[in-house]
Amino acid sequence: MKIIKTFRKLQREDTFAGFLFLLPSLCGVLLFFIIPFIGGLYYAVVDSPINGHFVGLKNFINLLHNDAFLKASANTSLFTMLCVPLNICISLILALMLNNRFIKNSNRFRMLFIAPLVIPVASVAFFWQLIFDNNGTLNYFLYRLGATTVDWMKTDWSRTIIIIIYLWKNVGYNVVLYLSALSNIPIEYYESADIDGAPGYQKFFNITFIYLTPSSFFVFIISIINSFKVFRETYLIAGQYPHENIYFLQHYMNNIFISLDYQKLTSAAYMMAAAITILVFILFNYQKKISTHFTQ
Amino acid sequence: MKKQAQNITIVFILNLFAFIFTFPMFFTVLNSFMSNEEIEDRYSVTAAINYDPPNIADNHFMNIGLIPDEVTIKQYYIVLIEKTQYLVMFWNSIKIVLPVICGQIIVSCMAAYSFSILKFRGKDSLFFIYIVVMLMPFQVTLVPNYIIAAKLHLVGSYLSIIFPGIFNTFGVFLLRQYISYIPNTYTEAAKIDGAGCWNIFANIIVPMSKTGIAALAILTFIDNWNMVEQPLIFIKDVLKEPLSIYLSALNEKEKGVAFAASVFYMLPMLLSFLYWEDHLVEGIELSGIKA
Repeated sequence: MKIIKTFRKLQREDTFAGFLFLLPSLCGVLLFFIIPFIGGLYYAVVDSPINGHFVGLKNFINLLHNDAFLKASANTSLFTMLCVPLNICISLILALMLNNRFIKNSNRFRMLFIAPLVIPVASVAFFWQLIFDNNGTLNYFLYRLGATTVDWMKTDWSRTIIIIIYLWKNVGYNVVLYLSALSNIPIEYYESADIDGAPGYQKFFNITFIYLTPSSFFVFIISIINSFKVFRETYLIAGQYPHENIYFLQHYMNNIFISLDYQKLTSAAYMMAAAITILVFILFNYQKKISTHFTQ
Repeated sequence: MKKQAQNITIVFILNLFAFIFTFPMFFTVLNSFMSNEEIEDRYSVTAAINYDPPNIADNHFMNIGLIPDEVTIKQYYIVLIEKTQYLVMFWNSIKIVLPVICGQIIVSCMAAYSFSILKFRGKDSLFFIYIVVMLMPFQVTLVPNYIIAAKLHLVGSYLSIIFPGIFNTFGVFLLRQYISYIPNTYTEAAKIDGAGCWNIFANIIVPMSKTGIAALAILTFIDNWNMVEQPLIFIKDVLKEPLSIYLSALNEKEKGVAFAASVFYMLPMLLSFLYWEDHLVEGIELSGIKA
């Protein structure tokens, strides 16, 4: 009995101490993210910070009628919907290749694959510009082949190019994530499948695929975060007002930041935050469903 | 025979990708040894090719090259010795990144520990909020960051970049994964021996999650060293800008030095990357095991 009592006491102390440990982070997150974000609601519902007349949802409605905002939202969603699945597919294929037993130096490959993380964004931007510029290398080859040259960044191709840059930069990171997940699958499963004479594709769908689902969830989240970060490269390559296909929400926000229009800024931020919260919420519930499905 | 052909194809594809992933790095390093004239010659466009009739000649295209005609370290001399502004900007970058890394590690370690041992109602909801904050693109979090920085009169100072960097919730997310993998028996044994929370934290949790901390350090380093968005908005004084912003302007103004400056800038990242490669790979791996 005494032991249990001391244990309870310890646990209560634990809770208090645990809270102290959380305090610095919690204060910082509240002060720099949550509180000003909630405080921003004021700017989102008044006509101007100086007048301060309450206008309700007018700022939001204006935003929904703003062509630039709508275009930017559509572009950003389309870009994310295209590049995240591509990223997952390519990195999964590369990880499966690297996971073969006959590849001895898979560590070296992993290192080389995450090299794009180390290169400064500005150099990366310059390199890709060199390839896709109107006078760039790609056009040089086309010209030598006698084909017509294209000013790539100023055509519909610009989206494809940004997707290529995104994939170039982020596939390696996901390969590393998938490799670790693959190495955690017990080899006995494959052996027993071999004894049963299961074909390769069945092994993939019934063993590999299922075991990778939890990791894929994380890969998915990281890929989305990184799809927002591709703005850096886009901005450095194409500037403030790029081709309309790659005019992202980040460009929109950046441009209103320059004019410091608090109404537009806060209402747009609220919209984006709401969209992301819903996305995360759906993902979490989905993941919970899947993981309970597996434990059963 | 068929198996062997398949294996060779796989090795070929992997090498091809490794080449694609690393090529821009080699390109930058090799070009940094070219003379200013050679770089101008290769990458400056003298005539437009859109004339009608097309007045195209080979030399109107940029001429991507790897091997310098003449190897020179002149560019490095300019960057490191002749002009002082690069060193100033480099120092600016350090002044921003170093406090962010240190602060982020301390704050995240403590919070991650607390998230993994603490049991209170609403813990999961709080963690959910942390994940949502982590997922927000810069352009969303910059709005509250700006509002609070303006209130605290921090705009224009590095503190307006450093504080949000320190409290980035990614670190908490990453380290929580690590700490949850430390077997309970360790902490319980320590508890029975009468060790307090602080003791457990300092003597068990921190040493045992060293790999995670190293991974967090280098990921934070890479992310902040490359920052573009925050200084564009918070730093108004050109002389206070970090090198990452300056480099991007350099590509237009002084192409010759740009490569050498990039290499100079890449060096700290590359060195820490090579030094901590195992930690980094392991860190990325572990962060994904249990999402």
